[in-house]
Amino acid sequence: MLKTFTKGGVHPAESKYSADSAIEKLPLPKTVSIPVAQHIGVPSKPVVKKGDKVKVGDIIAESAGFVSANIHSSVSGTVSKIDNVLDSTGYKKPSVIIDVEGDEWNEDIEQSTDLKKEISLTDKEIVQKINQSGIVGLGGATFPSHVKLSVPEGKKIDVLIINGVECEPYLTSDHRLMLEKAEEMLVGIQILMKALSVNRAIIGIENNKPDAIEYLSGLIKNYPGIEVQELKVKYPQGGEKQLIKALINREVPSGGLPLDVGAVVHNVGTAYAVYEAIQKNKPLFERVVTVTGQSVKKPSNFMVRIGTPVNDLIEAAGGLPEDTGKVINGGPMMGKALNDLDVPVAKGTSGILILPDEMAARKPENNCIRCAKCVSVCPQGLEPYLLNKLTQLEKNDILEQNGVMDCIECGSCAFTCPAGLPLLDYIRLGKSRVSRILRSRKQ
Amino acid sequence: MSTTILFTIISLSAIGAGAAIILYFVAQKFKVYEDPRIDQVEEALPAANCGGCGYPGCRGFAEALVKADDISDLYCPVGGNETMGAVAKILGKEVEAKEPLVAVVRCSGSPEHRKRVNEYDGASSCAISSALYAGETNCQYGCLGLGDCVEVCDFDAIYMDEETGLPVVVDDNCTACGACVKACPNDIIELRKKNKKDRKIFVSCVNQDKGGIARKACKVACIGCGKCVKVCPFDAITMENYLAYIDPNKCKLCRKCVTECPTGAILEINFPPRKVKEEKKDAAKEKKAEVSDKKENDSSTQNK
Repeated sequence: MLKTFTKGGVHPAESKYSADSAIEKLPLPKTVSIPVAQHIGVPSKPVVKKGDKVKVGDIIAESAGFVSANIHSSVSGTVSKIDNVLDSTGYKKPSVIIDVEGDEWNEDIEQSTDLKKEISLTDKEIVQKINQSGIVGLGGATFPSHVKLSVPEGKKIDVLIINGVECEPYLTSDHRLMLEKAEEMLVGIQILMKALSVNRAIIGIENNKPDAIEYLSGLIKNYPGIEVQELKVKYPQGGEKQLIKALINREVPSGGLPLDVGAVVHNVGTAYAVYEAIQKNKPLFERVVTVTGQSVKKPSNFMVRIGTPVNDLIEAAGGLPEDTGKVINGGPMMGKALNDLDVPVAKGTSGILILPDEMAARKPENNCIRCAKCVSVCPQGLEPYLLNKLTQLEKNDILEQNGVMDCIECGSCAFTCPAGLPLLDYIRLGKSRVSRILRSRKQ
Repeated sequence: MSTTILFTIISLSAIGAGAAIILYFVAQKFKVYEDPRIDQVEEALPAANCGGCGYPGCRGFAEALVKADDISDLYCPVGGNETMGAVAKILGKEVEAKEPLVAVVRCSGSPEHRKRVNEYDGASSCAISSALYAGETNCQYGCLGLGDCVEVCDFDAIYMDEETGLPVVVDDNCTACGACVKACPNDIIELRKKNKKDRKIFVSCVNQDKGGIARKACKVACIGCGKCVKVCPFDAITMENYLAYIDPNKCKLCRKCVTECPTGAILEINFPPRKVKEEKKDAAKEKKAEVSDKKENDSSTQNK
């Protein structure tokens, strides 16, 4: 039997329309607006000012703390202003707006695509370089990668887990990356292994991507220590806690981190970005974005410079279909609807999903019928119906006791609820309230 | 037969009497002394249990009042000065009379002024909507119109106007407990001095965008032009982040700023009509007329 995680999980329709479209380079946009907060943690501080000339790969905003990341220019041109611009959070956030002029790269970046296998840096230098290159988790959570690689003293890591699951329906950016940049990615994994001083890495891939599994299984013979593990298709297997359970059968304790069970999880996209940063000196300023949807003319995977307006991507994929009901940033399960198509692509944008009218609306809301389907699908073993009610009643202490902070916001409960209750919305609200209380308790 | 009944009665009475004696001594031993004034103070409080004082209900507040040496920092917004006076009398402590407050909604972004640019079909709660995005209009500071403030009000003092989609405070019912202020994720609602005859002047906008952007999003937004600051004879108006704020403690209700405001973002409420008629002031007047109309409607519906 194929491996998977044990608790809960759902299986939404996969709809991977863009799985066979090779990654294309998107033409450069006219202007980019690069938000200074693209990661979890402290927003970066802009270091350029209006009128400055920048080249591709130049640093434009500096990391402002340990949990923060540098941000680099994705284009060459002139900084036209630093202003508040609507981004995918739905709010106007400080961004650096650059008018594109040509495509001149910073001299330090090696532009050749030759594979470079030797790793010359030491483990400390690697972490430092990753920090400088502004690499964050590209699976969608955008947690700064150097933080995950800085293992606190007393913790022992024995395995690196590489997330090639891509459990979100529709999205195929990681899938394409595994097929087209496999060798680079594997070298990236070796770099990560060196940084963590582990000699075992497992790539977890769901078996709806047999081509990727086969291809990588062939390649890993040249890369000692790296294994490929086929996994049963189940959402949310891409959650790091679920993936750890599925691959090495260890359970991350409540409130704990993967570090506590001796594992570190990185996405395949991150591994590729690490390769580029260490071997080619190229900071993170572009990423693969899937543009897909049932009525999209040309479902595609694009290599996109950060800061490109979403509109450009949609145009390149054949334009906005007439029956569009919603445009979602991310996948259908965890993504968020956009209220403006001029928002820029950020480091965490893994896909743009265009849903037709009939799929866009929410289910009509009804009363909870106590069927407990949400309980049976919750991958974290929580009781979503209860957390929902407790949030509505503002019983924050009981919410905390019932483990609301362990919710990974995968949305399986709301997906499965036959009464169409907005369970996840309320749980998120409860989570934010409880976390505010926890923070104030610490102070 | 009769002996059985007699025996039962005697034995039960004996058990009862024994238990009573034991209970009496137990009660003596574990007696908890409670200040009798707590009950008296609780009686004097309005028993709304709204939490406006910052304590868990009126009982909690009564305990705090009895315990505290100086009660000048404690205040029951629902009962107001009258209740606090009564409490002070019971406790033999002193209180200062405080200016009564009332909640005001600082947003005039009705659909005619503030165009809707997208549609929200998520859970009907301002807190949830604001966590997701800036709202259905281009103004990310204004009222979201989902009624969290109405939900939390214990006094029926706030309701959603169906036409404008904005909450309206019923001044007579409002006790200034502050529940709506806490519930509003955009901090639109503010407690301001009630003044004589409920007269109020305030900037009915919280938009901190630059003038052009604010104006584009909403016709009645504060654009940060600073005209009101210049015209105010009492230095009551401050300008911060392209947003004017009228200090209720300094404002003398002269209404000069209301006529000066080019967008009509400053509202005057419950004032008599102006004597001097000038065409320029029409816009401001219409607004005022609207507000007073609404007031009349409110009171008439309530009477029914």
